[in-house]
Amino acid sequence: MLTKLAWRNIWRNKRRTWITIASILFAVLFGSFMESLQEGAWGNMISNVVNYYMGYGQIHQKGYWEEQVIDKAFALPADKIDAIESIDEIGGVVPRLESFGLVSATNITRGALVVGVDPEAEQSMTQLADRVSEGSYLVDDEQAVLVAEGLADILKLGVQDTLVIISQGYHGVNAAGKYLIKGLVNFGSPELNKQMVYLPLKTAQDFYGADGLLTSIALKIDDQDDIDSGLAAIGEVLDTTAYEIMKWDALLPDLVQARSLDSAGNYIVYFILYSIIAFGIFGTILMMTKEREYEFGVLIGIGMRRVALSSVVWMEIILLGMLGALLGIVASTPLVWYFNQNPLRFSGNYANTLEKFGFEPIFPAAFDLSIFVVQAAIVFVITAILAIYPWLKIRRLEPVKAMRD
Amino acid sequence: MDVIKTQGVTKVYNPDKIPVYALNGVDINIEQGEFTAIVGPSGSGKTTLLNIIGGLDRPSDGEVFVGGQDISQLSDNQLIDFRKEYIGFVFQAYNLIPVLTAKENVEFVMLLQKRSKEERDQRVKELMDSVGLSDKLDSRPAQLSGGQQQRVAVARALAPKPTFILADEPTANLDSKSTENLLDIMARLNKEENMTFVFSTHDQRVIDRARRVVTLVDGKISHDERRD
Repeated sequence: MLTKLAWRNIWRNKRRTWITIASILFAVLFGSFMESLQEGAWGNMISNVVNYYMGYGQIHQKGYWEEQVIDKAFALPADKIDAIESIDEIGGVVPRLESFGLVSATNITRGALVVGVDPEAEQSMTQLADRVSEGSYLVDDEQAVLVAEGLADILKLGVQDTLVIISQGYHGVNAAGKYLIKGLVNFGSPELNKQMVYLPLKTAQDFYGADGLLTSIALKIDDQDDIDSGLAAIGEVLDTTAYEIMKWDALLPDLVQARSLDSAGNYIVYFILYSIIAFGIFGTILMMTKEREYEFGVLIGIGMRRVALSSVVWMEIILLGMLGALLGIVASTPLVWYFNQNPLRFSGNYANTLEKFGFEPIFPAAFDLSIFVVQAAIVFVITAILAIYPWLKIRRLEPVKAMRD
Repeated sequence: MDVIKTQGVTKVYNPDKIPVYALNGVDINIEQGEFTAIVGPSGSGKTTLLNIIGGLDRPSDGEVFVGGQDISQLSDNQLIDFRKEYIGFVFQAYNLIPVLTAKENVEFVMLLQKRSKEERDQRVKELMDSVGLSDKLDSRPAQLSGGQQQRVAVARALAPKPTFILADEPTANLDSKSTENLLDIMARLNKEENMTFVFSTHDQRVIDRARRVVTLVDGKISHDERRD
C-alpha cells in the first residue's frame, strides 16, 4: 500500500512530475553527452598518439625505462614472442632496437634517434610506410635507411644519397656505418621530423653490435578495453623480475596529466550543471512538501508514524529520480551512439594541424554504458540527498499546526 | 465507565509573552456510548479540547486519561500508536487521501495496524454498507460529493475499531440533506455499536441530536447539559 501510495502521489500533479522528470532526464542527457564527447576525444587522441610510436604497452628489460641505454638491450626467445603473440588481446608485437647516434653528411653532423625496426611489424602498428614521402619503404635486412624529412633537409641529403652514422654500440663497441637513403619520411611532429632514422632491425643489430637484441617491444592492442588484461596475460608469460611490462599511461605521463587537467575543467562545468538541476529539483520538493503539509498532519493524526510517512515521501522522490535517470539513459543512448558512428569533424587550422600529424581530424563520442550509468547515478544521488528535506520536515511536523495552517 | 477524563486541562499559547488561555482548567468525564457535542463561540477552545483529548496536542497543564491511561505522558510515537488503536477522527474538511479510493481510505489505518487482508476486506465491506456507500468502493474522493466523502471519513474513523470518535465540526461543509444523513449514520452507530462520539460544532442540527451538550466559553466549561 505504501508503494502504491507513493506511486499515485507522484502522478497527483502530472505536469510538475513531468517537468521534474524532464529536468533529471536532461541533466543525465547533457552529462552523458559531455562525458562521452570528452572520453571519445581523449580516447581518439590517446589512440593516435599511442599508435604514432609508443604502442598501448611496451616490454623492456627491467630498468630500461629509467635509464634508456643500449646496454640494457635484451634477447627474448622466439617461443616467448610466439606466446605473447598468441594472447587474444595482443594484436601484434613490434620489436625495436633504438639508441642515439650522430648522423652526418659532408661536414654537417646532427644527433638522431637511430631505430632498428621490423618493417612489416612497424607498418602494422605505426603505418610507417604511409609516411614515406619520397623513395620507398624498407625491406628486411637491407643496408638502407629511412630518414626523417627535416633531418634530411638539415644534412642536405636526398634519396639515394649516403648517410653516415656513428654511435656507441652494445657494451661500448664502436658503431659506425654508412647507408643508402632509401626513403624520406614525414612526421607531423617537428621534433620527430628532425631526429628519426630507421634501419631494418637486423641491420641495426649489426650496427650496434647487438646481435639478436632488442631495447623494446611495442605492443599492438586493437581494443583499449583489452589493455589491462593483455598486459596481465603477458605478465604470466614473462619473468617480471627480469622484464618490465609498461602501460601507455606510464610511458606517456604528460598525456595523462593533460587529460587530468582537461577533466578537472569539465568538473567545474558538471558542478554548475548539477547545481542548476539540483535547485530545480529542490524547488519541486519544496513546493510538494509545503503543499502537502496539511495532509501530512492528517496522516500523522490518524496514526501513521513519522518514519512511515517519511518513507513514502522519500520513496516518491526516489521513484521520480529513478524514472528521470532511466529515461535520461534511454534518451542519451541513441544520441551518443549517433555521434559515435558519425563523429564531429574538425575544420580549419586545427584540422590541418591534426592532419599534418597524420591524425584524422574527428571528434568521436565514446559509447560506453558506464558513462550513462555514472551520470544517472550522480543525478539520482543528488535527488536522494534532496529527498532528505521532506524527511526532516515530517520529523518536526506538528499535526495540529500543520492542519491549522 | 469513563472513556475520557480530563483534570484541570489548561492550554496556554505565548506563555512567556502575552499568555493566551485557549483552555483554562477543563474537567470533563465522557462515558462509553455518549453522543456529546462540545459547543461554544469561535475561539472558545472547542477544537483545542478535541485536539488534546485526541492526543494531537499536549496540554500546558493538567491530565488527560483515555481508557484510564494518562496520554499526556506518552512519547510521540506512543501517542501516534495510541491514536491509531483507540481514536477515530472525523475532520471538518473530510481529509481523505486524494490518491486512494474510498475502499483504500477506509482500509488505510487497518493496514497501519497490520490487520490481515481478509479482516480488512470484511471490515471495509461492513462499514461501507453501514454508511450506504457500498457502490462507491472504487471511487476516488474527488469523484464523491462532500456528504459522501464525510461518510467515507466516518467509515475510516470506525475502521480500526476505536474506543471513541472525535469529530471536529463534521457537518460544517455539508448541505442539510447530507448533514441529516451523516447524523443518522452516526446516531445509529452510537446506538447499535455503543460507539462514543464527541463533536465540536456550531451546527444547531448536530446540537439538537446530541444527548449531552458541553458549552465552552473562554476556555472554561460554562454549561454541561445531559438530555438522557
